[in-house]
Amino acid sequence: MTDAPHAARKSWMATLAKAPPARLQALMPDPPPHDLLRAPEVGAVMVQGRTGATGAPFNLGEMTVTRASVRLACGTVGHAWVQGRDKAHARRAALADALLQTDAAPATMTQIIAPLQAEAASEKAERAAKAAGTKVEFFTMVRGDNV
Amino acid sequence: MYVAVKGGERAIDNAHAWLAEERRGDPAVPALSIAQIREQMALAVNRVMAEGSLYDPDLAALAIKQARGDLIEAVFLIRAYRTTLPRLTASRPVDTGAMAVDRRVSATFKDLPGGQVLGPTFDYTHRLLDFALMAEGPSDTPSTPPVAESGPVAQRVPHVTSFLNRDGLIEAATPSDITPPDLTREPMELPATRPLRLQALTRGDEGFVLSMAYSTQRGYGRTHAFVGELRIGMVPVKVEIPELGFAVEIGEVELTECETVNQFKGSKTEPPQFTRGYGLVFGQSERKAIAMSLVDRALRWEELGEDFTGAPAQDEEFVLMHCDNIQATGFLEHIKLPHYVDFQAELELVRRLRTEAQAMQEAAE
Amino acid sequence: MTLHADALSGGFTDAPTQSARAFRAVLEAMARPGTIHTVEGAAPPAPLSLAAGVALLTLADATTPMHLAGAADCQPVRDWVAFHIGAPLVSAEDADFALGTWAALQPVTRFKIGQPDYPDRSATLIVEVDRLTNHGPALTGPGIALVTWLSLPETAAFHANRALFPLGFDCLFTFGNRLAGLPRSTRVEKI
Repeated sequence: MTDAPHAARKSWMATLAKAPPARLQALMPDPPPHDLLRAPEVGAVMVQGRTGATGAPFNLGEMTVTRASVRLACGTVGHAWVQGRDKAHARRAALADALLQTDAAPATMTQIIAPLQAEAASEKAERAAKAAGTKVEFFTMVRGDNV
Repeated sequence: MYVAVKGGERAIDNAHAWLAEERRGDPAVPALSIAQIREQMALAVNRVMAEGSLYDPDLAALAIKQARGDLIEAVFLIRAYRTTLPRLTASRPVDTGAMAVDRRVSATFKDLPGGQVLGPTFDYTHRLLDFALMAEGPSDTPSTPPVAESGPVAQRVPHVTSFLNRDGLIEAATPSDITPPDLTREPMELPATRPLRLQALTRGDEGFVLSMAYSTQRGYGRTHAFVGELRIGMVPVKVEIPELGFAVEIGEVELTECETVNQFKGSKTEPPQFTRGYGLVFGQSERKAIAMSLVDRALRWEELGEDFTGAPAQDEEFVLMHCDNIQATGFLEHIKLPHYVDFQAELELVRRLRTEAQAMQEAAE
Repeated sequence: MTLHADALSGGFTDAPTQSARAFRAVLEAMARPGTIHTVEGAAPPAPLSLAAGVALLTLADATTPMHLAGAADCQPVRDWVAFHIGAPLVSAEDADFALGTWAALQPVTRFKIGQPDYPDRSATLIVEVDRLTNHGPALTGPGIALVTWLSLPETAAFHANRALFPLGFDCLFTFGNRLAGLPRSTRVEKI
């Protein structure tokens, strides 16, 4: 299965999963009415690495993950799998996933996803800039055989 | 003689109450918050996550607080907690090439694409106690580090070994999608595959893995290792969501990755080339990642057709069966628990032997 | 693939309590072969019985390969398993759990029976039956005071399975909201 058809949904689901829970709460103060298809459930995902970065997979260790699935009154279903143990985070992320498949998508995109993405990008850029600040600039000394 | 004993509940309850009080320490000193431990004891938190084999900084911080700073006890708490979690699935293998690097250095190539990025390292500190940190208050607010004018580090930093790979100078790490064995689910069977060894090492005790690695450097199973590359940073974790049928990023973990490049003169089965050792550890855990890659390489002697020199770090059973500090401390510490009956038997035996020895001596005289 | 909405319902609504109760029922069923237990909490898609759904939700997860046999191997069941259990669907030879009617599960000799050093690495068959009563072949062995009877679909296969002990597969029989167990240790005699 290619990644392309689901690119938009993957992108917003990743944004919601990585959002700081308190920030998502602030952006979604009033969740719409919904049924829980899967009540928020805390579990573990085994994170895998690859031998020599590109070889055979191996089990690195687990991470905590919370998942939830909701259904809006209109019948639209939303899913979330988010890092950590915050049940409210998973529930909100699933609700946002559902809303993004309805007529409310443009508003949800502008009010929730866009600010989260902008904040994540700026945080990432800030860290990358600090890292670049520690990049070594080598000065080659004149050596006899180079003269 | 068998003596049935029962009791001690009151003593145990009182011991727990005292432990709680001692854990808190002087109530006149403010209590530590979990956030304080997570933010300011981050490397201890990382170690507990790596050896506890569960990435969750808040839980690791809680474990450290509850364990009074005893990191092995904290690892124990995390290991116990993780057994209560349902295993939802396994992630896709992480792509460390996509790491947002905080640090990336190579000891083998000076000028490499992406550059040498030092990151927040202890390496060039003078190891002098900073008494300014003792004075609490606003003085412990460091200035923001300056950023580069040349712009941030590239989004995708290539691995050093890929340059050597291009010229065929280093053994290839051939991709595969074999489901790896999981020692948390199936008992460890020897001989172990490399994926199983890496799982055991990454959750193994840092001190044990460090000492094993050091022994190879001192000549017990020498592997001539250079740090080809060491990188630390955040890596996205992707999971195939069963209800959707496609993979989604569900979060990020901080990882330390070390690839060693090892001189190899060739063997009956392999041509002269560089070989690789690999270390990958949760959190910023540089010492552990380097040590892991050295031990990984030492354990590969058979696959590479090298000689077994009898070095401990080459001995898979020795390394894998003894690297887990929870197994080790469980067995070690259990001998302090009541062994009254076992010891009674020993006592009887020694008494009898003494009587017999005495009788023989008297008979001889 | 996006799952049909029906696949998303019918799981436990209060998993900790419901799965603990169901686990106790399955445990009792296996510990006392032939006893019939009532379970609740699942609403799996047809043709699965409620009891089979409960057994799957309780015993299986993403680390237990599952085989769906015959009519049970249909899209609604596959989707339901994907959402609520996450077990990978595999061929009979690789399954930790297999689900189907007795006829659909044949030949049962293809299921894992464990290895001498790991007899636990064997399959558990969840057998959908159309009646479940204490009339039929006689059961004796561990967990049975003297003798009990269960409406088994046949006896020869269980005879052969008992002969493999300590290897062999274990069975759960499900009908409606009821289930009974037949571990490999039980002797089955035609009466």
